[in-house]
Amino acid sequence: MKVLATAFAALVALHAPLDAQAASELKIGFLSTLSGPAGGIGNEIRDGFNLAMKLNGGKLGNLPTDVVFADDTLNPDTGRQLAERLLKRDRVNLMTGIVFSNVMLAVWPTIQEAKVFYIAPNATPTAITGKGCSPYFFSASWPNEAHHEAAGAFAQSKGFKSAFLIAPNYPAGKDALTGFKRTYKGTIVSEYYSKLNQLDYSAELAQIRAAHPDALYAFLPGGMGINFIKQFVAAGLSNEIQLIVPGFVSDQDIVRAVGEPMLGLFDTSQWAYDLDNDANRKFVAEFEKEYKRIPTLYAEQGYTAALIIDQAVKDAKGKVEDEKAFRAALMKAPERAKTPRGKWKEAANGTPIQDYYVRALVKDRDGHIVNKKISTILKDHRDFWLKDCSMK
Amino acid sequence: MSPILFFEQALNGVQFGLMLFLLAAGLTLVFGIMDMINLAHGSLYMIGAYFMASFVEMTGSFWLGLPLALGATALVGAALEVTLLRKLYARDHLSQVLATFAIILIANEAVRIAWGSQPIMLNTPPSLTGPVVLPGGLQYASYRLLIIGVGTAVAIALYLLVARTKVGMLVRAGASNREMAIAMGVNIRRLFTIVFALGAALCALAGAMLGPILAVQVGMGENILILAFVVIVIGGIGSIRGAFVGALVVGIVDTSGRAFLPIVFSAFLPPQLASAAGPAVASILIYLLMAVVLYFRPQGLFPARG
Repeated sequence: MKVLATAFAALVALHAPLDAQAASELKIGFLSTLSGPAGGIGNEIRDGFNLAMKLNGGKLGNLPTDVVFADDTLNPDTGRQLAERLLKRDRVNLMTGIVFSNVMLAVWPTIQEAKVFYIAPNATPTAITGKGCSPYFFSASWPNEAHHEAAGAFAQSKGFKSAFLIAPNYPAGKDALTGFKRTYKGTIVSEYYSKLNQLDYSAELAQIRAAHPDALYAFLPGGMGINFIKQFVAAGLSNEIQLIVPGFVSDQDIVRAVGEPMLGLFDTSQWAYDLDNDANRKFVAEFEKEYKRIPTLYAEQGYTAALIIDQAVKDAKGKVEDEKAFRAALMKAPERAKTPRGKWKEAANGTPIQDYYVRALVKDRDGHIVNKKISTILKDHRDFWLKDCSMK
Repeated sequence: MSPILFFEQALNGVQFGLMLFLLAAGLTLVFGIMDMINLAHGSLYMIGAYFMASFVEMTGSFWLGLPLALGATALVGAALEVTLLRKLYARDHLSQVLATFAIILIANEAVRIAWGSQPIMLNTPPSLTGPVVLPGGLQYASYRLLIIGVGTAVAIALYLLVARTKVGMLVRAGASNREMAIAMGVNIRRLFTIVFALGAALCALAGAMLGPILAVQVGMGENILILAFVVIVIGGIGSIRGAFVGALVVGIVDTSGRAFLPIVFSAFLPPQLASAAGPAVASILIYLLMAVVLYFRPQGLFPARG
């Protein structure tokens, strides 16, 4: 009996919520895709996050911060196991880092069950922002469909009468074209879903040439986009049809791989390297100094996620365990932190209400190909799925 | 559909087939002659493309970079054969698969350490960046015409090498009956090293030729290797002729599927559904084809062994 009582007491002690004391150290679980073909994006986010930490003297929210990195290798099962490890063994206070929506959706129940806050530096799937919204989820990036809505609005504003849409045949591809169609009112010549990781696009390009649309919208992330843009330009189509892409298909990581053929494209993004504010100038200059390359939107998202954590922990006076206080601080953080994107309001479902820009791929004065901001296409844009979230 | 579009799609099919042939030729040589399942073939393709990108940047010329990349990758291939693969010949296929799969992982991370995790640049030579106008007013990417030319030239050169030279004779002997070839005094060790280095050089050629229209990035080999395996299974393992025919069949079937199925489907489906269902069905066509070939001719279309 005594043994049982002791065991019971021990169990209770394990589960008893700690008194909401200020932590003396912050431990962050950074679960990301860091190796394999898709590892480039995770590395970019990590570099941005690390830069913010470094500029902050290794502290976030005035607390010494330990970041535990884990590599999901773009495998949802691996991601879930690593999340368990980070939460149970390493006992992290916060989680961040996930690149891909499929990993995010697989890992999310584990994080939510552990009642740990997750700060998204990238994937923000609609399943978590609509009906399934949660107080533990906070996106420091963008709702998944926003860039595509911005692109549709841009094609509409340019007066393009017809558009050909192409995306890979997987959930994010369908979401992307749904987003585009929500804001574009012209004729959709074709909505083409190509194979995931397709190499050769000659058959599609021939169809596009024959259909002769005014605009072509391509959401082909990673290597697919590189293949497509190279082949699109080699086929001579860039002289006839305006290619529009979301920023994921055309930022500096892709520019470095494609070069000159990128010129003349338009893309959409929540950020641009030439946004006119001090925080952004500091970010771009420090990033270039540290890594010898122009940052991408992914790097900005990693950097911004760290700044948001810093602000929220500071405002909650280090009481990350006090859920109510910390969430309140987190939701206010985007209005207080000095992020490269400027200030924004966070919607009740944990997604940013922010501006989206159109950027043109042009050469700057030094001959570098850059994504230059040309206009603000959506102002204070909010997640379409906010309407389905019951949190107010 | 206009005749021009039809012709363009046919050309696209041939072109894609020859792209695959460049990779499948080396794979079938190694697979057929050395009886060795080399999953790392795709890694050599990746290494070839990375070497090409670096040498082109170093020399400033596509045409100078090409032989350097071929030579360097052949050396890597030979070194790999001598140090590691040689120990695997006597083992069963499962050990070979495991060991060469390990090489894929090691090669991917080695390339990441050497060149970084972001895709790198490799572009067409300046003279071949745009399209040319073919008879009938068809605009076609000039670089893709070069791929057609190189693919055809490699096919002819390999045919002559295998059918008309002493090395080719040994290769054929090794492919059809290895024990007998050894019994007749063929220096199999040296032959294998040569064949493997040649296979690696072909990989580099494929990587160098395809790099300018595909992404040069970590893991680029795995994706295309699956198609190359389909090609040699359809064509018959170990046969260059089989690889050539198999590659053309796969290229044409895959391209026509993507080109014509959406049109066929739109005859009896609503347009939105047709444009979604067409590519989806097209993407399984070559695997369907492979299943059919395996059912009727388990050895492939042109088996090397009797």
